[in-house]
Amino acid sequence: MYEGAVQDLIDELGRLPGVGPKSAQRIAFHLLQSDAVDVQRLTDALTQVKAKVRFCVICHNIAESEQCRICADPRRDLTSICVVEEPKDVVAIERTREFRGRYHVLGGAISPIDGIGPDDLTFRELMTRLASGEVTEIIIATDPNLEGEATASYLARFLKGMGIKITRLASGLPVGGDLEYADEVTLGRAFEGRRLLDA
Amino acid sequence: MFVRHLTVGDFRSYPSAELPLEPGITTFVGLNGQGKTNLVEAIGYLASLSSHRVSSDAPLVRFGAGQAIIRGAVVRDGRESMVEIEINPGRANRARLNKSALTRTRDVLGQVRTVLFAPEDLALVKGDPSERRGFLDDLLVARQPRWAGARGDYDRILKQRNALLKSAAPVLRGRGKQRRPVEGSDTVSERESALHTLEVWNTQLAQVAAPLLYARLRLLRDLAPLLGKAYDEVSAGQSDARVAYRSSLREAMAARIADGEVPELDELHAELLETFAEVRAQEIERGVTLVGPHRDDVVLTLGELPAKGYASHGESWSFALGLKLAAYHLLRHDLGDDPVLILDDVFAELDAGRRERLAAMVADCEQVLITAAVEADVPPELRGRTYAVTLGEVTARE
Ligand SMILES: Nc1ncnc2c1ncn2[C@@H]1O[C@H](COP(=O)(O)OP(=O)(O)OP(=O)(O)O)[C@@H](O)[C@H]1O
Ligand SMILES: [Mg+2]
Ligand SMILES: [Zn+2]
Repeated sequence: MYEGAVQDLIDELGRLPGVGPKSAQRIAFHLLQSDAVDVQRLTDALTQVKAKVRFCVICHNIAESEQCRICADPRRDLTSICVVEEPKDVVAIERTREFRGRYHVLGGAISPIDGIGPDDLTFRELMTRLASGEVTEIIIATDPNLEGEATASYLARFLKGMGIKITRLASGLPVGGDLEYADEVTLGRAFEGRRLLDA
Repeated sequence: MFVRHLTVGDFRSYPSAELPLEPGITTFVGLNGQGKTNLVEAIGYLASLSSHRVSSDAPLVRFGAGQAIIRGAVVRDGRESMVEIEINPGRANRARLNKSALTRTRDVLGQVRTVLFAPEDLALVKGDPSERRGFLDDLLVARQPRWAGARGDYDRILKQRNALLKSAAPVLRGRGKQRRPVEGSDTVSERESALHTLEVWNTQLAQVAAPLLYARLRLLRDLAPLLGKAYDEVSAGQSDARVAYRSSLREAMAARIADGEVPELDELHAELLETFAEVRAQEIERGVTLVGPHRDDVVLTLGELPAKGYASHGESWSFALGLKLAAYHLLRHDLGDDPVLILDDVFAELDAGRRERLAAMVADCEQVLITAAVEADVPPELRGRTYAVTLGEVTARE
């Protein structure tokens, strides 16, 4: 244990994902030895991200104003929604330039082990978006792993009978993987070859 | 196939060891605790990525060392390949094939194939159903390594489903509160949403469970006659060894399966879903998944009696040996190649007749590795090349 402020910093850093106690200590001492300006830049970035960045009221992607860049873009096709788990998946799919519609970010996947059920995700917000009847196609692009598949099939069940075309990204994506790590070509191809999903 | 050379580093009692091997029979003799089983355990690990003695990897690493290495040069159809596993307890293990690293360790499965019989296998007859399920599933993987992935998926889905049954139990029992209505859609109660989620996991589970069950049933159908024959040979026709699959599906289906029928995959799939629906209330009450391959068993019978609880020690031993020999013949037949047969401490437990007959049965195998504490227990025709193992030193004997 260290003196107050240092230990507080180590504790806070240790709470970050992927940072163990050892790394937390290393980062804390690195900061301690850094120039005050450098530390100030980091502090500013942290403050800014909380102050400026929020979640898009439409799709729950990260946004700098009420709506994200994509939802605010009038050229995007309003009839199709691509459902993903995380904001990083939006970035991955945007890189392929295959998709011209809008997104819906669920905020994760159904995983009872981690205590995540449908209520913890933005399913209801998605239903609200569909209420206007404008949307005719939903593309489910959850991760190609067990939890992603379960989430996709939950969604498909939910949307059944609403007269919306539901497709799932074609495999070719590495099974057991994360969408964000798929290269553009693979992901682009998966988009082209998406298949109808029956609930 | 045969192992031409084995290298171990910081594995069990060995800081390092180099062991040249040849096809045919090799016997390791030495007093208790000298490191005979450790050697064959290393070869078994190359084939299955697990030990036949312990379920965790930690005891495999030499006490005080951080990682163990097992490297085997195996020859199949005249072609040699080099398989290497790095055991890192608490972290991911790593595998190399012909010196290049594999992305997934389990991709190395299938390079080395062994059938290992050891005292622990007595549990196949006397132990819990999980032992017998494990035997079938390990054999599935040995036949077709892709089953390793399916097994992993099944376990993961099962955990998810059990977690849901536990956490959502109060809601599923119908004591959940009504959720706020959603504009444009019908009001969905918390209970309905939990039921939807359960249905989703039912679908996921059935999708993996049905092929797994189907594969097990077909495997058992292939294995049964080979078992009968192997047991008959070891025991000189003393009694009939039989196997039947005990399924957790509904009675009518379970009866057909117990009779040796292998229903179609689609039928098993539908049956699983229907059985889930039937036991739902019970499952919610108990918070665990009550139906599926993880609840099944294989019933072993000797003559008219169940082997478990009735068979003598030697009979149980012979039954377990019969299962392993049947597995050996199955793999030999399917792959058109002999797996490496490992017999760890088998002979001491068998009567003279059974020893002789076992010796005759394994004489034509491509490679057989035998361990024994008492050399005289091994029939003379099997002694082949002999290594003396003393305190981790392995020396060839003329
Ligand atoms: N992780 C480890 N580190 C160091 N030594 C170990 C480790 N695991 C096992 N040993 C030692 O290895 C020895 C056991 O070796 P092994 O099981 O190969 O014996 P064996 O020759 O087959 O004996 P037996 O005839 O009794 O079956 C024991 O003395 C044990 O203490
Ligand atoms: Mg031993
Ligand atoms: Zn948006």
